[in-house]
Amino acid sequence: MNGVANNLLEIDNLGKRFGGFVALENISLSVPNGERLGLIGPNGSGKSTLVNCICGTLQNEAGTVRFDGATLDGFTAHQRTRKGLARSFQLPRPFASLSLLDNIRIPLLYTVEARGRRHSTSEVEERCDHCLREVGLQDKARHLPRDLTQVEMRKLELARAMAAEPKLLIADESMAGLTHSEVEDILALLVRLNEQGVTIILIEHIMRAVMSFSRRIVVLVSGRKIADGQPDDVMRDPEVERAYLGQ
Amino acid sequence: MIFSFDLLINAIISGVLIGGFYAAVTAGVSLSFGILDIVNIAHPAFIILGSYVAYIVNVSFGFDPILTAIVMLPAFYILGAAIYQVYYVSFEKRGEESLRGLAFFFGLLFITEVSLVLYFGVDYRYVEAPYIGPTLHFGSVDLPLRLLVPCLVSLLLIAVLQLVLTRTFIGRAIMAVSQDQLALRLMAIDPIRIKRIAFGISIATASLAGAFLIIIQPVEPSVGREYIGRVFAICVLGGMGSLPGTVIAAMLIGIVESFTSTFYGPSWAPAVSFGFLLLTLAVRPAGLLGR
Amino acid sequence: MRSGPFLLICLVLGGAVYGAAALLDNDYIFFAGYVVLQYVVLSTAWNILGGYCGYVNFGSAAFFALGAYSTVAIHKFTTINETVAVPIPILVLMAGVVSGVVGYGMGYLTLRLRGAFFAIATLALAVVLETLVVNWDFVGGSRGAYILRPSEIAPFGNYVRYLFLIMVVLAAAAVTVARLIERSRLGYGFATIRDDELAAEALGVPTLQLKLIATTISGALMGMAGAPFPYYIGFLQPSSTFGLDYAVNSIAMPLIGGTTSWVGPVIGALLLGSLEQIATVTISSAINLLIVGCLLVGFVIVAPRGIIGLVQTYRRSKPEEFAARRPIDADAPEATP
Repeated sequence: MNGVANNLLEIDNLGKRFGGFVALENISLSVPNGERLGLIGPNGSGKSTLVNCICGTLQNEAGTVRFDGATLDGFTAHQRTRKGLARSFQLPRPFASLSLLDNIRIPLLYTVEARGRRHSTSEVEERCDHCLREVGLQDKARHLPRDLTQVEMRKLELARAMAAEPKLLIADESMAGLTHSEVEDILALLVRLNEQGVTIILIEHIMRAVMSFSRRIVVLVSGRKIADGQPDDVMRDPEVERAYLGQ
Repeated sequence: MIFSFDLLINAIISGVLIGGFYAAVTAGVSLSFGILDIVNIAHPAFIILGSYVAYIVNVSFGFDPILTAIVMLPAFYILGAAIYQVYYVSFEKRGEESLRGLAFFFGLLFITEVSLVLYFGVDYRYVEAPYIGPTLHFGSVDLPLRLLVPCLVSLLLIAVLQLVLTRTFIGRAIMAVSQDQLALRLMAIDPIRIKRIAFGISIATASLAGAFLIIIQPVEPSVGREYIGRVFAICVLGGMGSLPGTVIAAMLIGIVESFTSTFYGPSWAPAVSFGFLLLTLAVRPAGLLGR
Repeated sequence: MRSGPFLLICLVLGGAVYGAAALLDNDYIFFAGYVVLQYVVLSTAWNILGGYCGYVNFGSAAFFALGAYSTVAIHKFTTINETVAVPIPILVLMAGVVSGVVGYGMGYLTLRLRGAFFAIATLALAVVLETLVVNWDFVGGSRGAYILRPSEIAPFGNYVRYLFLIMVVLAAAAVTVARLIERSRLGYGFATIRDDELAAEALGVPTLQLKLIATTISGALMGMAGAPFPYYIGFLQPSSTFGLDYAVNSIAMPLIGGTTSWVGPVIGALLLGSLEQIATVTISSAINLLIVGCLLVGFVIVAPRGIIGLVQTYRRSKPEEFAARRPIDADAPEATP
């Protein structure tokens, strides 16, 4: 489909319920290629649910998700990852019995190689090391996740998602608990990735980071999108102030 | 396959009566698995233990098995509480419930069963009571008292349990602990203590269920194995923790088993409950009256 | 070490045991050894799905029995049609195919279920399979089935020696397969399924496919272990062949030995299997299940990582080891290779 704008991700009227509880309603969103999108909203507003529906971890009942021009309906999570979607989890989910290096190895073995690019053993080792270096965890490469601090685990989450060489990376609260300079480091990393062509959706509560990184901001409150536009405009939106910032 | 109305009616009746008994057997698992999420696959072994306790007392003193079971309730409760404590310290605390917890109970199942074999041998044991033997007749309908009495007492047990769970403080705490442990803690209630109480009650029901079992049929140690699938089938079918659901599911399974046994032969009966279980898991894991 | 040489070493070791037993000229060793080796195969097979992937299969007996009954069915078929009897190695392969297909089917039906439900479903399937077999008169139904075993076969002498050798080859093959899986990309995939299936799926691991591979291989190996059994035992009874005893052993042995590597099930099978054989002879066979039950409960509480875990903890406690600079933690898992 040759559209006017080359949207990498198109969400159309997405809805998700859990029994009687409406988690998401009428979510429509377009993310052009190369975008830096910030997704904000109070806790429980449905941000992670939205990510889960996009990535296939949950099934949405209503609406469609299109990625790279084709619909994602019917594709499992691992198939979507192979198409170029990757996400980090808000609560880190490392593979507890594997070393950090092996944690990074998984997306390389199963996503990158599945796309047809075979690497030699040394190339794989090099790429794993590179991913760990990007987040500063190379010294703990052979350690197990149980040896990491909470902050380091979030960095591992991000590194693991990056290792899948995605076209679209969704970073779900990767910066919680980081110091000022650590936030800067991660932001710099994300900017670098973006400059290499990766579209990024940043979900964060640290407003400073969201404002400086995002070229566009979407606000989710109680499962609905209430704002979508330039950061300055969104921040000045009275409804956003009332629902989220004013708290 | 000889089809006659009498046969049909009696198949349904005995199915319902057995179903009532099945409900009591499953009540404990509804508590431990349905509400507490503990896969106590050894529950049938404790039921058999209850049967043997009733047997010993009946043979030695002639006491009624159901009364014996009631007297033994505290002992079984303590056993359950002790087992939960070990389970909690060894597995729940470490977050390793799944494989190792299962293996733990699997091991308990065998230890219990084999200990009974070593002590009592593999002969079938039965009890004597005034209501085992006589049958009420209403026209062509037969109501064996040995099925009727356990069924009625089972339903009474379930009713009492349901009252406890919904009306008493402890009961509601038990229901709450399955949903939100943090909230309980914030109310200064120790969820571990609540779970221990619940598991104790679960094993206590086995005492009664065991008495019912040995009234209905002669018992030997490996009889428990037939009940593993049945119990989990009824628990899942009944909605995992809903006692009314358990009763309905138990009756359903009882009737279908009775039918199968009467018209197709008893060798197909085990497949019934297990087949039901598979079907339920495949189609509607939340059960008929799902949570 | 690559798998080829490893397999060779296993076969040589097995051959050495055979030779030693033949030298002692005591056929009982072959009878007992067969059972122990059979458990090596069963526990290794179980561990591929249970230890590597984290999916507990209570239905091991069903696959074992499937293998045994496929042998019986084929044997009856060839007897009735007076064709040449199928040699045991071929029977083993055919049993592997049958059990593998059933393993795939079981996986397809049950793998969407989480942990405990999957385990219960496998139990249910085992009983359903047992009921089907018990009601199939061609293989003897509940009455059981006889297979007349030749008493001697050249060049081995007593027929049981031939069976023992077959089990040696099977055990070597099973262990080699497990080791191969462990060190391959598949092994990493299995580990992620065990650790966090959701995250694995999100990172591109095709979890359903991998689980199906696991159930197929696991089922096939268990079936192959059962294929020679009718010849070994002479009279096959459904109640004992489908018995929970096989289930508890195939779970206890890997748990006691250690589930994270191929070494664990082997250690567990050799130790527990030998213990049971000794107990059967000296006390009674009923006591076996008591031993298994107690050991299972004991290990699962005290040494959850099995004997492998105990060895690792001991090694880490030595001051020369670098890792000892961290506080000793008996529960810390070792990274998979």
